[in-house]
Amino acid sequence: MAMITKKKIGTVATWIMTFLLMIVICLPGLWVVLTGFRPNREILAKPAIWIPENLSLDNFAKIFGFGAEQIAIPVPAYFTNSLVIALTSTFIALLIGMSGGYAFARYRFKHKNGYFLGLMLSRTVPGIALSLPIFMVWSKLGLIDTKLGMIIIYVALNIPFTIWLIDGFFRQIPKEMSEAAQVDGCTRWQAFWQIEFPLAKSGVASAGIFAFLTSWNEYALASQLTRSTDSKTLPVGLMDFTAQFTIDWAGMSAMAVIIIVPALILTFLVQKHLIAGLTFGGVKG
Amino acid sequence: MADIQLNNVTKNYGKLEVVHGINLDIEHNEFVVLVGPSGCGKSTTLRMIAGLEEITGGEISIGGRVVNDLAPRKRDISMVFQNYALYPHMTVRENLGFGLKIAKQSKDIIEQRVNEAAAILSIEDLMDRTPAELSGGQRQRVAMGRAIVRHPQVFLFDEPLSNLDAKLRVQMRTEIKRLHQKVKTTIVYVTHDQVEAMTLADRIVVMKDGHIVQVGAPLDVFERPVDTFVASFIGSPPMNLIPGEIALQDGRLHVVFQAENTMPVPRDLADKVVEGQKVIFGFRADDMMPKAHSLPILGEAYDLRLAVDIAEPLGTETLLFSTFSGADIQTKMFNPRRVEPGEVMDFNCALDKTHLFDAQTGKSLRG
Ligand SMILES: Nc1ncnc2c1ncn2[C@@H]1O[C@H](COP(=O)(O)OP(=O)(O)O)[C@@H](O)[C@H]1O
Ligand SMILES: [Mg+2]
Repeated sequence: MAMITKKKIGTVATWIMTFLLMIVICLPGLWVVLTGFRPNREILAKPAIWIPENLSLDNFAKIFGFGAEQIAIPVPAYFTNSLVIALTSTFIALLIGMSGGYAFARYRFKHKNGYFLGLMLSRTVPGIALSLPIFMVWSKLGLIDTKLGMIIIYVALNIPFTIWLIDGFFRQIPKEMSEAAQVDGCTRWQAFWQIEFPLAKSGVASAGIFAFLTSWNEYALASQLTRSTDSKTLPVGLMDFTAQFTIDWAGMSAMAVIIIVPALILTFLVQKHLIAGLTFGGVKG
Repeated sequence: MADIQLNNVTKNYGKLEVVHGINLDIEHNEFVVLVGPSGCGKSTTLRMIAGLEEITGGEISIGGRVVNDLAPRKRDISMVFQNYALYPHMTVRENLGFGLKIAKQSKDIIEQRVNEAAAILSIEDLMDRTPAELSGGQRQRVAMGRAIVRHPQVFLFDEPLSNLDAKLRVQMRTEIKRLHQKVKTTIVYVTHDQVEAMTLADRIVVMKDGHIVQVGAPLDVFERPVDTFVASFIGSPPMNLIPGEIALQDGRLHVVFQAENTMPVPRDLADKVVEGQKVIFGFRADDMMPKAHSLPILGEAYDLRLAVDIAEPLGTETLLFSTFSGADIQTKMFNPRRVEPGEVMDFNCALDKTHLFDAQTGKSLRG
């Protein structure tokens, strides 16, 4: 009896702690989302209105240029830029990550550990510390304020991580799998796509989502290197809502929602793989 | 025809040569077992036949066709790996049919061949499971099924039983032998277990340090090992080997051991040795038994007395452990009875079945 009660108390306590922790983590996010649906009037009211009275899509209509109130912020262009830059850089980082990860996992070559260590060490440099050199090189190359410029930077930022994660996955797959497939009639290429890739796709998927989120959310470098609707991304665009004396909290929050939602959707779509990716949940056959 | 020839085949990993100029002819439908201690180059040799390792030097041909530069898929072989290498994301049925699907066979043919292989290996009930849902023995069967489904010219096995427990290993060993009788094909089988080699092979290839030491039918290798390595590697328990020196006593050549023990040189070896030559005397446990507990001895018998330190009853036979001139030896006894530790017994040695090896080279003097 006493045992059971003790256990129960333990469980309840765990849940309460989890709940409190989740509130701390999620509340700001939830507040931003809520704010996105409220008028500026209500947001700035004093004393604060805690329970929302008016919820509407007005702010979203506004920033996309519909409805009565117009603002001069080109959100659709920023959205497109973000999407193009994040998707392209993720795709390239994945291709390189897959080739690199496969090579590190499967082949012996000289200075292999050195190269690997070098890749990992490159992650220790904070991206923003590179902004000045990148700015100088990019201005020479004419890459300032271009999508290509940002794509290159994000690819470089992401490949150490994608290589590392994907290498771990290929390493788990016994090389005999590929050999068995080759004996069974496959070329090396077929063996890769038919056997090794399906077994490593959790790794590729999680590497993909991490790479996408990094590019999608990155602010520091993008704010230095983008200027106009040619390349400005959503996080940088957020700052457009700050004028000299005022901040359009409603519009900013609506835009934040627009940044959050695609990332959330993507995360949900691949969450099964993500868990496998994070726990390295093997392929033991 | 699927005969296999290895012609002076070498393999280097970087500067290190691990297989040194191997020559071997394997006949059509023959079951050949490569056996040797771990690290001696068995797998490397097998993988060169499969095309999974590049051949550094020499030539390998299968069915009269040189395959040195052919990809594995073009060699018409199949292979069973030690860890089975079943495709984890496919069901048993898909695993079996994979090779045929890649070869773009029709659905009907795939289905028929897969069912046929499943029937041969009695895995019909497992067809819709994934490898993760199978026991070790079942995985083993599926791996063999995947090997036979394409009707290849050659089967290659790399230690296929070493991940199974002892009982299952014995059972699957018999299955493999049965499989070879049902599906007549050339088989090259790698193992470090000499019992597997003895029981399965038409011909045994004993390897050591990247060389072939001896090739022959299991009983030939057992009865006429070419050197002390083969003598102690093949057969269980290993052959007793005792160093000694040839000397003339009472008009006959004898091997003189430490502590004045002697043993006459078998008559057929008398002209192969000279006085003063250092030799190693070898005999199997079965060829030295206590009187009244032995098999009838063919040829010359030699009597001696030995104290038995330890007896290990195994049922029909009992292993006896003694010391002879400083060497630990094992002998055998039939018709079991209790043996007291330290008991002195009268032994019969089947002299004509004993061996003499040169002490320096280790080579058998039977030549
Ligand atoms: N990829 C490799 N690189 C370097 N040496 C290797 C490699 N594979 C095997 N070897 C070496 O080659 C020798 C033979 O190996 P192997 O054929 O696997 O032995 P076995 O199968 O008889 O146990 C061993 O000494 C092993 O260390
Ligand atoms: Mg091996």
